[in-house]
Amino acid sequence: MLGPFEVLETIEMIQKENLDIRTITMGISLRDCCHSDIDISCKKIYDKITKYAEKLVVTGENIEREYGIPIINKRISVTPIALVAESCESDEYVKFAEALDKAAQTVGVNFIGGFSSLVHKGYTVGDKRLIQSIPEALSRTKLVCSSVNVASTKAGINMDAVAEMGRVIKKCAELTADNGALACAKLVVFANAVEDNPFMAGAFHGIGEPECVINVGVSGPGVVKCALEKVKGADFGTVSETIKKTAFKITRMGQLVAQEASRRLNVPFGIVDLSLAPTPAIGDSVAYILEEMGLEKCGTHGTTAALALLNDAVKKGGVMASSYVGGLSGAFIPVSEDAGMINAALSGALTLEKLEAMTCVCSVGLDMIVVPGDTSAETISAIIADEAAIGVVNTKTTAVRIIPAPGKKVGDKVEFGGLLGSGPVMKVNPFSSSEFINRGGRIPAPMHSLKN
Amino acid sequence: MRAVITVIGKDKVGIIAGVSNILAECNVNILDISQTILQDVFTMIMIVDISKCSIPFHDISDKLESKGVEMGLKIQIQHEDIFNSMHRI
Repeated sequence: MLGPFEVLETIEMIQKENLDIRTITMGISLRDCCHSDIDISCKKIYDKITKYAEKLVVTGENIEREYGIPIINKRISVTPIALVAESCESDEYVKFAEALDKAAQTVGVNFIGGFSSLVHKGYTVGDKRLIQSIPEALSRTKLVCSSVNVASTKAGINMDAVAEMGRVIKKCAELTADNGALACAKLVVFANAVEDNPFMAGAFHGIGEPECVINVGVSGPGVVKCALEKVKGADFGTVSETIKKTAFKITRMGQLVAQEASRRLNVPFGIVDLSLAPTPAIGDSVAYILEEMGLEKCGTHGTTAALALLNDAVKKGGVMASSYVGGLSGAFIPVSEDAGMINAALSGALTLEKLEAMTCVCSVGLDMIVVPGDTSAETISAIIADEAAIGVVNTKTTAVRIIPAPGKKVGDKVEFGGLLGSGPVMKVNPFSSSEFINRGGRIPAPMHSLKN
Repeated sequence: MRAVITVIGKDKVGIIAGVSNILAECNVNILDISQTILQDVFTMIMIVDISKCSIPFHDISDKLESKGVEMGLKIQIQHEDIFNSMHRI
């Protein structure tokens, strides 16, 4: 029989400490939607998504209701569109984005990811067309998210793609200048992208995945922070142990929701992503966890060590709680989506350089970072190249989601609203990287036999 | 199928009666009740059997919630599995 303490602990975690399921994401393969006629292909895509995901939102809502656990997002990820679109005799790939957007609106999901391309070793014709169409696709649609994988540990870094993505991001910013450059918030540039990541904007349904699958991403930074408040001043062994135990409980909830959603929708369960994903709500911040460990402000010396401990303990605690773990698993450190990070950036404690260092020890990378509108495409490419190098050399996923907000300067703030939050404009290095970026070609894969 | 009902708020006359009346109307059997004062807040936890419940889950959830609003309390019903999965390996 359940004890009152257990019941109340769970309820407290949900009501006071913002424990929630960040997302249920249905991955749908669109490999059978290829056609030489773009309109037929788009229709097949729309039909397939609306058929498979018809009950996704209502099932999510029912689970939310019955278990009393908030499920913030219901999302869809699809096969990278570059693969599906390649066989059609047209280069108007924006049509594919519009078909995805329409399907997503019909089934009522929050986002659809997969307007994507994998070009770590080189481009095909389809990849080229897709990447060129990203700015228009993201500015003309509401729910579509896009990602491009430009590097991998096995292939190295495609510097042509890195250079191009700098220009694509600038173009995205221009086209949505009235909207705080919102299109950039829906575009991620990856190194070592994973195929089963449920988090936007980088979610896509990888080619090794089944026909249809349910992936779940958990959240809960607030719960971890509250747990740490109870062990104030204790040593790091205790800190790590406390985070592990909390992560275990959070993940058990994710596992339950994932299994239940998979059973009700009759779709196989894929993975639980063991992530601490923040939201802009006060009390749901990864930065505040780091500060709870004893740092005056996130971004000061010691932050990287604190984050490394946190990330590792979350994985250790979560991995036993779920039967299949995957995705990006770790602590997310988006700036605009985390009240503590916004605060730290505004106060000057958190800089781009420190964030880059932090990405060496946690998932994702430079995420939701707003930079001045006059930042050049080459500088953005160089930031992407640095982040890709960290991912490639350390055999981990890294990503860049950066927003050069038109007309904004250091010290200004850009509001995105909702889960995307608001971002303070951060300082970039003023010296040029353009000669470096303009070289093009591919940085060879690193060697790992003399690992240091 | 079992569910957990939690009532949190200021103690007053008729809380148990109010909740158990709704449950009786819907053919929900009460298996266990415990109550405690937690940091000055009245907390009641009920384990109930909803397998023979005469109305859909979300309707009973709505009824309890509006009863809570009426009495100035927070009343919630949740499937038992959420607690089991979190606390029992």
